[in-house]
Amino acid sequence: MGPEILIEKAGISQVLNDEKSASLIINKDRVTSKKTVPGLVVDTENIKDGIKINMTLKNNTIIDRPVHLCFGVTDKKAVQIIKLNLEIGKNSSMSVYSHCVFPFAEDVTHAMDATIKVGANSKYEYLERHIHSEEGGIKVIPKATVALEKNSRYKSEFELMQGRVGRIDMDYQVFSKSYSVMDMSVRINGRGNDIINIKESGNLIGEYSKGVLTSRIAVRDNASANIYNKLIATADYARGHVDCKEIVRDNATANAVPIVEVRNPRAHITHEASIGSVDSKELQTLMSRGHSEEKAVELIIEGLLS
Amino acid sequence: MALLEIKNLSLQVNGNKLLNNISLSLKKRMVYAIVGPNGVGKTTLGNTIMGLEGYRDFKGDILFKGKSIKDLDIYERSLKGITLSWQEPARFEGISIEKYISSSGKDISSDEVSEILKDVGMSPENYRKRAVDKSLSGGERKKVELASILSMKPELVILDELDSGIDMDTIENIFKAVNYLKSNGSTIILITHSQAVLKQAEYAFLMCHGMILKEGKTPVISKYFSNKCLPCDHKNEPEE
Repeated sequence: MGPEILIEKAGISQVLNDEKSASLIINKDRVTSKKTVPGLVVDTENIKDGIKINMTLKNNTIIDRPVHLCFGVTDKKAVQIIKLNLEIGKNSSMSVYSHCVFPFAEDVTHAMDATIKVGANSKYEYLERHIHSEEGGIKVIPKATVALEKNSRYKSEFELMQGRVGRIDMDYQVFSKSYSVMDMSVRINGRGNDIINIKESGNLIGEYSKGVLTSRIAVRDNASANIYNKLIATADYARGHVDCKEIVRDNATANAVPIVEVRNPRAHITHEASIGSVDSKELQTLMSRGHSEEKAVELIIEGLLS
Repeated sequence: MALLEIKNLSLQVNGNKLLNNISLSLKKRMVYAIVGPNGVGKTTLGNTIMGLEGYRDFKGDILFKGKSIKDLDIYERSLKGITLSWQEPARFEGISIEKYISSSGKDISSDEVSEILKDVGMSPENYRKRAVDKSLSGGERKKVELASILSMKPELVILDELDSGIDMDTIENIFKAVNYLKSNGSTIILITHSQAVLKQAEYAFLMCHGMILKEGKTPVISKYFSNKCLPCDHKNEPEE
């Protein structure tokens, strides 16, 4: 089966026909299509079980339309390793939508190892959306180290809500220099015997840097979720917030460990975490508006993960 | 036939008798008030009619259109046309106002959602896509709650302290929505300790000590409430 199915599942057919939109499609360890735009340089090379990508956005380059990446595997059994080096120059801006599609996975490992540098006064937005099979036979290992230069903006969203999670071991680290802003969020819906391990670490090392780590997780059946959100402030006037919410049903289990560490008396970090069943008042309100208990729970979780 | 009939309703929680032998009867298409100082059992009575968690194990009976709803859960009561607006409405992360309103009714179109928002004094352009979350003020949240009730077209609406924490302009909009509900055939129960809200009702029940102390036309109950109901130690803990 070819990459067409990945493109169809990702819903990006039209984007690929748009000459002004950059894209890169990888099926397992093969680059099946690559399209770039002025100011964006994309080089790829094969490595064992995967692809190494060097992507550079030149200085003073603003890309209006999102760059679409599709990392997928159409095989039932496979290993896919993606090594990404992304450098965004100064005074530049780019959004990347990454579609990770594994529609038939029975025993698939997808490992992403990314090193990202966002130049001074630049903005980088990254949305990673996963579409998995219903079998749950997939292991996702996303790792990223992100360096934010002065006055840069970094926003990342990770969504895994279609199909079974399988197992995910996420490890993201971000280092923010002065006046930079990081905003990272994770939304995952786990069921069956899915295992969700999320580790995010934000380091506010520059004065007036800001950071928010947000996690929204729903688990049911026998799924488990372990969320470690760590925000460290070492610089003057650094500000941060850690926000974790997990809804647990059936025999599922959830842990949340929000770690806030302040090593500067002028810095300030807050955190909030809630784990438990669906809020009783929310549930009863929806039931009083004509929703069955099951439908009300679905609506609340859909909202939480939206 | 009465729309709602409560017969000898008593509710005891953790040894405290919160409701004590309450009987009342409500007709269709009327606005009623349950009035009284804080802590006398008004909200408890509303929650018991709705069948909320912790308010189901009572003595006596509640009849809706002549049939007992005692054994029905909240959802089943809502399907019969009963709903309730909390004093502090719940906040829903990620659920848009449009979705919240449209999902409360049956086959509510986008245009109808806009009309309902206008009915409660909210601009559809500004509010349709906003979430029903903590970004809304108390007054905005109350209006959204009323909008969702309007879309449901219920037969019996219990509005608990609908004026709490909101300004005069907002309360005027809410009163208009209450009248709109009535004109569409709903019966409304206003739970309040406010004279301004009480005046919206046609008939009122004065509660004290977990009991209905007095009932009658609103001006009579209003006068009695303002002149006779002084702060007292009644905390719904009557002697057995």
